[in-house]
Amino acid sequence: MFLVLPLAGIVARTPWSALPGLLTSDLVTDAIRLSLITSTLATVMAAVIGVPLAWLLARVEFRGRSLVRSLVTLPMVLPPVVGGAALLFALGRRGLIGEPIYEATGLLLPFSIWGVVIANTFVAMPFLVITVEGALHTLDQRYEGAASALGAGRLTIFRRITLPMIWPSMVAGLVLTWARAFGEFGATITFAGNLQGRTQTLPLAVFVALESDRDTAIAVSLVMVAVSLFALVSLRGRWWRTR
Amino acid sequence: MIGNGLEARIRIRRSESFGVDVELSVLPGETAALLGPSGAGKSTVVAVLAGLLPLDEGRIELAGTPLDDPAAGVFVPADHRKVGVVFQDYLLFPHLDVADNVGFGLRSRGVGRDETEERVRGWLTRLDLTGLADRKPSHLSGGQAQRVALARALITEPDALLLDEPLSALDVVTRARLRRTLATHLDGFAGPRILITHDPTEAFLLADRVLVIEDGSITQEGTADDLRLRPRTNYAAEVAGTNLYAGSATNGRVKVGDHTLHVADTLIDGPVLVGIKPTAVSLHRQQPEGSPRNSWRTTVEVMERLGDRVRIRTGAPLPLTVEITVAAADALGLVEDAPAWVAIKATEMSVESDDPR
Repeated sequence: MFLVLPLAGIVARTPWSALPGLLTSDLVTDAIRLSLITSTLATVMAAVIGVPLAWLLARVEFRGRSLVRSLVTLPMVLPPVVGGAALLFALGRRGLIGEPIYEATGLLLPFSIWGVVIANTFVAMPFLVITVEGALHTLDQRYEGAASALGAGRLTIFRRITLPMIWPSMVAGLVLTWARAFGEFGATITFAGNLQGRTQTLPLAVFVALESDRDTAIAVSLVMVAVSLFALVSLRGRWWRTR
Repeated sequence: MIGNGLEARIRIRRSESFGVDVELSVLPGETAALLGPSGAGKSTVVAVLAGLLPLDEGRIELAGTPLDDPAAGVFVPADHRKVGVVFQDYLLFPHLDVADNVGFGLRSRGVGRDETEERVRGWLTRLDLTGLADRKPSHLSGGQAQRVALARALITEPDALLLDEPLSALDVVTRARLRRTLATHLDGFAGPRILITHDPTEAFLLADRVLVIEDGSITQEGTADDLRLRPRTNYAAEVAGTNLYAGSATNGRVKVGDHTLHVADTLIDGPVLVGIKPTAVSLHRQQPEGSPRNSWRTTVEVMERLGDRVRIRTGAPLPLTVEITVAAADALGLVEDAPAWVAIKATEMSVESDDPR
């Protein structure tokens, strides 16, 4: 009841007849496009950084491993606003790394589309790392040993044995990461701002519209609920089929 | 040929309380079995020989090339060794079909797609696997999976073949049949072969020489006969003790070579394995009365004292290892080369089909 009621609230208040018009307004189409692009880019970035990281955490023993593991999962429990602020202090125009980058290249990460991608990646990547690391732990490592005895190097083993064997979990992790990035609000608004067409993603658009235009807010919320549900349902289907 | 074999002095600590300290020397064309209970260090030996685990001390040399020599700073990792391994449970890659499993080693070593395909086809034919190339391992029978594992290990033309419990993944019925096909395939491999097993039957039937490993060290080494006659540990006495004969059964009679044994099971038919415990045989100075049907005249060949027991090896027509008490041996006045009568009750012999279908 507690879980369904808010959803029912959205559905009940949806102005169905005006829906097409509301969803094709500039504010909404800009936000949809931006959200799709940034959450996809964030997922790609999370995969590029997160999968090797998960492999390192699961397969290589090194000093400070548990510290790294805590750091990786920190964004999951940190309030996103704090995450955004931390990113600002690090990568902002006056930030720790942001300042030298800005002075050298004139590149300003905050308040740009890349700011959105970075904020999304920061918040969503832990989902991928945790899922993939878990899968790597569950995988029978003797298969990797067998591949090694057959003459395969580390990279070949990862590409031809490890990755295909953890593929279902990998996909699940990617979907979760994408869904989390898609719904990201706090870190994005803090680090990337709220500029329509540049950094205003769907959740930010809902926030703005709630002040001025309730119907649009509800319409966009409905879209978000639909997308998130779709992601989770497709995930479920995959899990049921493969396990 | 000497120098092409495997020479290994393995010294490695696995934990505070457990380490392995083993010496192995296997000639080309020879099958050595490493027989031991679980936890004896067999898997460690496999991992070390395959290159998945470096030695603490010692040296491994194969075909004249050092593979691991910590003192000299030599360690050839698994992917650069020419050691073919048939792993316990086979470990066929579940997401690859049979052809890709078999071709994996060649592809990993940089052999081209076309050549790999051709060589895979050759090995599939050789191991009677044609028609299964597109199957996934989950759709193979135990015997097929074993042959795929063999083909996968042999296709890279390794210098040594390592078989880790190659039959333990199978049910008892399939095991006997596959043991014999495995023996045929082993004969086709020219390098040294090492068989890791906890099953004495497997060790005695497949290997030329058996090394008993217990608690990380070799406690005994020799042929099946040596082990039966002079078991050095309780484990060896227990597992190696049983006299084992392959024969052919009809109507409660089993022909072993020229000799006929009478067994209790009159229904069993075809190839069988007959097991006779050394304690189940009785020795007599004259032909025993009431004459049990399995009774024959022979000579005492060797006598070995084993605590308060004596193990006796008898000669033709059917060599047997017999265990009796020292007191009984004294009472019978048994000495080496003396004649004696053996008697075995039919019910004391185990008979197991060696060709189930």
